[in-house]
Amino acid sequence: MTGKPAAPELAPVVPHLDDYAAVVGSAEIRELRELAHRLSGRHVKMVNSTSVGGGVAEILNRIVPLLQELGVLIRWEVLKGGNEFFGVTKAFHNALHGEPFEERPGWFDLFLATNEENQRLMGFDEDFIVIHDPQPVALVQARKGRNNHWIWRCHIDLSRPNATVWNYLRPWVEKYDGALFSAPAFTQSLPIPQYLFYPAIDPLSDKNRELPPEFVQSVLERFGIDPKRPILTQISRFDRLKDPVGVIQAYQRVRKYFDCQLVLAGGGATDDPEGDVVLREVEEAAQADPDIHILNLPPWSHLEINALQRASTIVIQKSLREGFGLTVSEALLKKKPVVASAVGGIPNQVIHKVTGMLAHSVEGTAYQIRFLLSNPSFARQLGENGCEHVKENFLLTHNIRRYLLLFLNLQQ
Amino acid sequence: MRQAKSPFAFVAASYLVRIRPERAWTLAELTQHLLTVPDASILYHTFQSLESHNYTTFSNDFAQWALAACNESVLAEELSAIDLRDFAAVEELRKVLTETLERYLKQRPQTGDRPAFEPFFFCEAVETVVPLEGRAYTLHELAEGIQRMSLHTLHHHFINSRLRPKLRVNDFSNWIDDSLGLAELAKRLNRIDFYTNTLEGVRKEILQALNGWNS
Repeated sequence: MTGKPAAPELAPVVPHLDDYAAVVGSAEIRELRELAHRLSGRHVKMVNSTSVGGGVAEILNRIVPLLQELGVLIRWEVLKGGNEFFGVTKAFHNALHGEPFEERPGWFDLFLATNEENQRLMGFDEDFIVIHDPQPVALVQARKGRNNHWIWRCHIDLSRPNATVWNYLRPWVEKYDGALFSAPAFTQSLPIPQYLFYPAIDPLSDKNRELPPEFVQSVLERFGIDPKRPILTQISRFDRLKDPVGVIQAYQRVRKYFDCQLVLAGGGATDDPEGDVVLREVEEAAQADPDIHILNLPPWSHLEINALQRASTIVIQKSLREGFGLTVSEALLKKKPVVASAVGGIPNQVIHKVTGMLAHSVEGTAYQIRFLLSNPSFARQLGENGCEHVKENFLLTHNIRRYLLLFLNLQQ
Repeated sequence: MRQAKSPFAFVAASYLVRIRPERAWTLAELTQHLLTVPDASILYHTFQSLESHNYTTFSNDFAQWALAACNESVLAEELSAIDLRDFAAVEELRKVLTETLERYLKQRPQTGDRPAFEPFFFCEAVETVVPLEGRAYTLHELAEGIQRMSLHTLHHHFINSRLRPKLRVNDFSNWIDDSLGLAELAKRLNRIDFYTNTLEGVRKEILQALNGWNS
């Protein structure tokens, strides 16, 4: 990006619990302290498979310090594994979302061996162990002989899993004391209690906090985006399940009638080896259109992503499958009209024609975008409603409250 | 200012939502499950979910599902018209819900087994109530406490309280009548319509009533 102006420096902000009172009210914070007080001296461990990139790492990056501030003795550990292991877990992930699965020799052995290796490296003496997603699910073998509580937090839509993979993972899931799902529709019939845990966004994080207009402007200049013409944006990893090529096809349909631009911005996660391949497919589909901006951003680009969302006319989330789709809540918090697929947890966030528009196809997505571009006051009202909906349901403080309640209920 | 002998005890209430195994793909299945699911599940989909229906047309999960997933607007209207304030026990509410469904399915038998666009997932809320240090002996102290409480706690005191045994009113009205002897003010608070208002709006109306009362 030689020759482009650098974005003005913004002072890093590390929000503390009391800072959230400005968004959720001081009563909410006071009650969180009351609940946490009852867990005084209890130890918690969270385990997932990546420390950067993706929604799970983002949530943990914020929940862990805030729970520590509340006095909960919490520790976060990341599963260690090589590229081959993460290739296997990526195939598991896609299969659990319902994609076809072709087992290759040694995959299940590698999965188990990596879990067992990590089991030897980590201690599990905490009172509450929360294991996130399938990659570390077999760590539950370590509970043998221990009298603590084990919870499996599933961020994936398990409603239509590939039977081979699910039947392989299920016996481990059944060894937990409970499972946490992002929506009722994501669950499977299990003999353990299942709880509803909406995921959440942090309203004060770099990705969501208010930004000065000159910073937003500078980010647009840096990436060569014209602020005077409508900007359609999808923020997501370069992942086939997010259908970036479908977004380009929808844009191309809109483009026949509206002089607009498309921004596809996202980065990779350390546990997603397919990202580079998908990025090449997206570049090919864009056919060097100068109004399509494909931005492969490093994982620390939160302020840039925030600025791109704020500058957008419409935010798109045209996923084919989703966990919860937190980027939708991020856009809604910024009062942006959203056009999104009715998959995964998105219908929990986008109530059709009330907090956004739902679509089921490339054609439908293009139609809803055109409708909103033609009706800006309706689009503005959707954004306003969406912001309120997120503030009531999908903020970090709600998630912290649920964890505190879960631990309190388990220890009773 | 009138002083109560026994104070109003503030609490912090929170709800953990448990997803139940029962799912209904048709109105007939919904009716069947309504007969057997625990009271906590009926409570969750009616009293508890009021908060989440600020934006939708209908005021409980069953009505919303009848409309959005089954496209049965007449049934949705009938289910939505069931006023939770008329019930002092979940069993009575369960009876009216199932009777409404059974009557509708009898009149339109073809609708009973028609698959919905998406299933109804039964849930229930596990309530955790933690006592807080604050106590109110006067209307002024009660108003201060209501001003500072979270919306979850307001829901607990003002809406869920109506199903506590022999109560049938909200906690604030109960205390105002019993401990301060202000029956008229208690009635006024109990008339605030939580169906057509957000919880923040309910809080505002309660505070207006309390702050405008000369005791």
